[in-house]
Order: sequence, then C-alpha cells, then structure tokens
Amino acid sequence: MDLRAKSRELLESGAVKAVIGFKDGTMGARRPVFVRQADKAAALVFDEGCRQNLAAYLTRNEVQKMGRVAVAAGPDTLRAILQLMAERQIKEGDVLPLAMEGTEAVELPTAQAVEEHLALKAKELPAADRELLARLDAMTREERWAFWQGELARCVKCYACRNSCPMCYCGHCTMDCNRPQWVPVPSHALGNLEYHMVRAMHLAGRCVECGDCGRACPVGIPVHLLTFHAEESVHRQFGQRAGASSRLDYALSTFRPDDKETFIR
Amino acid sequence: MTDAFEPKITAFVCNWCTYAGADLTGTSRIKYQSNVRVLRLPCTGRIDFMLLAKAFARGADGIIVSGCHPNDCHYTSGNYHARRRWMVYRDLMDFMGIDTRRVTFSWVSAAEGARWAELVNEVTTSVRNLGPYAEYKELALAGVE
Amino acid sequence: MADTYFLPQASLDTLFAALAKDGRRILAPTDRDGRSELNPVTTVAEVAKDYVQTILSGKETVFPKVERMLSYDLAPGKVDLKSSEPNARPTVLFGVRPCEAAGFGALDAVFNWDTRDSFFNARMAQLAVIGVSCTRKDDACFCTSVGGGPGATRGSDILLTPAEGGFLAEVLTDKGRAMAALAPEAFRPDPGLAKKVVDVPAAFDQPALTARLKYLFENGIWVEQSLRCVGCGACAYVCPTCVCFDLVEESDAKAGQRLRTWDSCGSHMFTLHASGHNPRETQAQRWRQRVYHKFSYYPERYGMLGCVGCGKCTRACPVDMNLQEHLAEAAQA
Repeated sequence: MDLRAKSRELLESGAVKAVIGFKDGTMGARRPVFVRQADKAAALVFDEGCRQNLAAYLTRNEVQKMGRVAVAAGPDTLRAILQLMAERQIKEGDVLPLAMEGTEAVELPTAQAVEEHLALKAKELPAADRELLARLDAMTREERWAFWQGELARCVKCYACRNSCPMCYCGHCTMDCNRPQWVPVPSHALGNLEYHMVRAMHLAGRCVECGDCGRACPVGIPVHLLTFHAEESVHRQFGQRAGASSRLDYALSTFRPDDKETFIR
Repeated sequence: MTDAFEPKITAFVCNWCTYAGADLTGTSRIKYQSNVRVLRLPCTGRIDFMLLAKAFARGADGIIVSGCHPNDCHYTSGNYHARRRWMVYRDLMDFMGIDTRRVTFSWVSAAEGARWAELVNEVTTSVRNLGPYAEYKELALAGVE
Repeated sequence: MADTYFLPQASLDTLFAALAKDGRRILAPTDRDGRSELNPVTTVAEVAKDYVQTILSGKETVFPKVERMLSYDLAPGKVDLKSSEPNARPTVLFGVRPCEAAGFGALDAVFNWDTRDSFFNARMAQLAVIGVSCTRKDDACFCTSVGGGPGATRGSDILLTPAEGGFLAEVLTDKGRAMAALAPEAFRPDPGLAKKVVDVPAAFDQPALTARLKYLFENGIWVEQSLRCVGCGACAYVCPTCVCFDLVEESDAKAGQRLRTWDSCGSHMFTLHASGHNPRETQAQRWRQRVYHKFSYYPERYGMLGCVGCGKCTRACPVDMNLQEHLAEAAQA
C-alpha cells in the first residue's frame, strides 16, 4: 500500500500513535517528520533524498513516550532497528517498520519479517566511499596520518555525528563523563583524535554503515569512514555484521578460542 | 638517530601472568633495559583501548600490552575478549595513521621471566630505532589559539 | 558618511599585496574539496568565486573554537602561573557577507556587556573586515527579516559591492581608511556606480515576532518543531553570533592550562546541574531557548537581535531545522 494511505490507516485505526517519515524541506532536501494525525499523512514523501536513518529517533525519551510508532524505513534503517533490538533498546512490538519499496510501504511487524526482507538486500557501501577507503588503504601510514589530521582539524565537536547515529543512544556518553574528564572537551588536535577514535571503537561491531554520521557533519569530514572501517574489520575477522539479526551477539563482548590474529607475540 | 634519545615505554600488564612474570625476571636477577614503566591491571580484559591512546598522549614512545596466554586467563576469558578488541583497535589505529610498530601485544606467563626481559629489550631497541613519537607529541600543542 | 570609490578587479591583488606587506594575514572564503571554508590566502586567485556563504563563520578570528586563557607549571609547593596573552595577529577577513560582518556587533554586545573580555577585544583590535555584498542568495538567507541586507554596511570596515569590471568600494571606518591608505592607487574615484545587490524578500515581521514571543513560552510549537532536532551543536558552532563557551582545565602533575572552548545551548549537558537536576531537560526547551535568546533576550538586554539572518544554521543542520521557517511559524502562532 502507498505510504500515505498506509499511514492514514495505521493512525486512524490507532495501531500506531505516530508515523516517522520524511517530508519536503529546504532547498530540495527531505526532512524527518512525525505524523501523529491521519489528516497530516499527505505530507509524507519517500524517495532517494530520504537518506537519514530514522531509527535514531526510536530510543529517544520523547518518542518512546508516544507509544507504538511506525517508521518509513529503507534497508539501513531496518538494519538499525534489528541492531537496536539485538541491543535490547527497543522491543519487537513497540515499533512497526514499514519497509519502503518505491513509495509502497510494506508492514514488517516482526523481527523475523525484517530479517527475511533484508536477506534479499545486499549491503554494499556507496561507490564514493569504497573509492576513498581504497585510496586510504593505498596510502602510507604517514599519509593516512596527514589525511586524518587535516580532516579532523576541521572538527568543532558539535557531535552531530554522534547525535544522528542510531546506535549512539547512551543517555550518558563517555564524551560527557567529566568526573574526571576522560576525553578532552576542546576540539583541539588531541581532543578530536581521541573523540573520533572512541566513537569508531564504540561502534565497531554495531555500525550498520548507513553513513548518517558523515552526512550530518557540517564541515564535511568523512567520519563515517572510521566507523565503516571498524565495522568492516569486525566483519572480516569475526564474520558477522551489525544489523543482520535481532539476536546478534556483540562481537566485542564475545570471543572464539580460535580467533586468528598475526601480531601477538 | 640521536645518541641521547631514550624511549619511554609504557607496559600495561595483567596482574596474574605478565606482572608475575616480570616479578620473576627481577627475582631471577635478569638484567634488562630500564625504559619500561609497568602498569598493573587486573586482567588484559580491563585494558581499555583508550589507555593506550592516553599513554601516547602523555609522552610514551612505545607501548607493551601483555597478559596470560590463551586458555590461562585467571578469569577464564578476559584475554580472549582483549584479543578481539586488540584485533579491531590495531586495525583502526593503522587506518587513522597511528604507528602500530610502537605498540606490541604479547602473552607472557608468570613462568616466563626470561621472556619478559627479552620482550622489553626487543621493544626498547626497536622503538629507540624509530625515534621519539614526534607526530603524537605535536598533537598536544596543536589546535589551540 | 562613507567614502566611495571604484576598485578595479585587477587592483584587488594590489590591495592583497599591500595588506600582506603590512604584515596582515588575509582570511578569505576558499573552495577546497567542495567545502566553502575560510582559509589564509595571499592572492585573489585563491578566493572562492562562487559562494553564498562559508560553512563556519569568521567569528573564529575573535572567538576561536579553542583558546588558551592561561597556563601554569607545577612543582611541589609551587605554582608558576604564566599569564597568557591572546595570540592576536593582524588579520583581514575578506569576502565575508554583510550578515556575517554584522554578527561581530552581537559578539561585542556580550563580550563587553559587563566585564570587558580582554581576549576578545585584543583579537577584535587586530581584525579588519572587508565585506563583499551579495549578488546571490539561497533559500536559507533571511537577512532582510532581521534588520540587515545583502548590501548592508554594519560590521564591515570596507564593503565591496561587485560592479562591472570591479567593485564599488565603500570605505566605512578608520580601520577601512587605514587599509585603503596602504594601496591608494587601487582605489579610483567613484564614477557614480549603482549599488546592485540581490533581492532578499523579508520572510517574517521580526518586531511582531519579538512581541509575540512574550506569549509563546508555553506554546506547543517548540515541541512540535524540535521533535526531529537531534540536539547537536552544529547550529551554534556555525553561527556568527553564538557566544556560549565552556572553560576547561587540562592539567597533570607538572603543568596545566585553562582553555576556553565553544559550547552550545542545544546540548543536554549545557544546563545540567551538579545535583542532577536539569532546568532544560527536553530538546524542546533547548530549542526554545535558542530562539528566545536570539529574538527575545537579546533585544531586551542589548537592544539588538542575536541573529543576523545568514542561514548558516539552516544549511548546517543534519535534520533541516529551518530557522527562518520556524520563526515565521512562531510569528503566526
């Protein structure tokens, strides 16, 4: 069923209290919208411009208080929903994912339905990101250092990357731990390096590779490559991907006795 | 290389194996290079990756991380967890351009006093050859007006 | 009354060379890797040709994102306090838009409201602004709704307005005259050029909005508007008038420093008390604070607005919080 009609139906029947989707924004952009009345569903749109990972809203207090919500979801949002379930941040029945096929919305009421739907979608990083990752791989270590120092010098620590990430739901982020201060607050060179290092490590094995952190960055740092890289490292070495299942064990809180590495002496 | 440079090596070791191993090095009267500062933690599972970053930020030129051999962890699986984390963190460090030659991970048991001495000597020599970790030291001053 | 001249395009390099020779750093919009940023330049060729606005504002020149206030060495029983002077270099900010130039007034209002901030003032004294009027705009722009304009002179020491073959140059202040005097040959007599700038239609009635805000504190629009806000600091950090800062002590056993860094009222920690109580607990309250600070508290306290309508926040926002649109909505609420 068409997203607008489906949303109207869900809101009218009281099956959900809100539909989180997209509507027209400024300068051709799409922006997230919370539709809570059936007669507002006509504002909903869904197209290639709707790239934000709406799963980021599902763990917010304000949204959890609303009751059951539906989410107009592309594959990355669905992966994030499964990962949030695996991390026990949302319950299966509390969220109704609407898988988007064009403007058609398909209800996926169970985690299993989401998993089956996703099984048909291959995860592939965008070509531009693959290119940049390959370019970084081909660099010498010194060049990579220079690249990241040049990029991170632009960081103003607005935390748009963190706050737009569906997996950064911690009520008290380690960045905010200040008794004592663990990671420096200022966006000087050391503060920026440590912040982005922590962010990437805390997302390793949890990042669904939606790239929202990079799109959110106001100064255009490709911060998403850091989490992509960490996630790919987990996938390559431990053979699992975040967002694949609602019952996934966190790769870094488990182990296999025969995990293979080449560097420990 | 300047003759005067003596690297600062920070070693994060677990209480049960490597620390005891290093103790054995001492009680066995084995002489080894004195560049290393040992920090004892309960288990390699407790060695947060940020401790390594903090060591560099505070001026370490090289780092050793060491604990019990696989299957020998006092807490059964702390070293296995640690190993996974190192596998990812080492990858990330390299991706960010951090010099992973300056970070040595190893297993040293309580019985391997001689091995500890050997490890410290090797690491000290190799970091001495790499020179001071100038790139990281410059960070501390950059980005402040 | 401003002195107006004609500055031929080719003479701009003469002016740049003269400014550099005088020991001044020139910061100008550049377009590197598709990012519109302020960077040091020495020639006009390095300046971006086609930009509406830079991402960050020029406020960094007088209010850096990280600034050392003092530093000290520690020894047993002894603190050796080193007074830290701001590292203020003679700087020319070239090519900023009239909206952004006006933003320095809003910074000044806060930094010199009570205690005069010596760091800000030292940097301000070293700064000269050569604004360039707008011949382009985008949908985020709303300078005319907040008392500015695409050719407004406030905050610029010299304002250049593109004209056939060069610029109409308005030399506005003593700092402007001092710069012009470094390259007198560049400034030709004004042949009576018309000042042509882009048209920016007013989007809302600001005095009405400010008056209306008195009655909107408990209105539901703040909740509705901010549901999608992710609570990052992008809007505050790109803003040319946001002045909030945090003071941070970084020290170890041997030495330490006190740093001033940007802060943002959108962050949940901004008002968090040590007791755990947070007077602005929800994002809606924090979004409302942002609007009220700029459009109600600023006029009340300083007799000016805390917004210049540059639209940088709208462009930077990851979830398209369009300030102009939300203000227009509030004015109607």
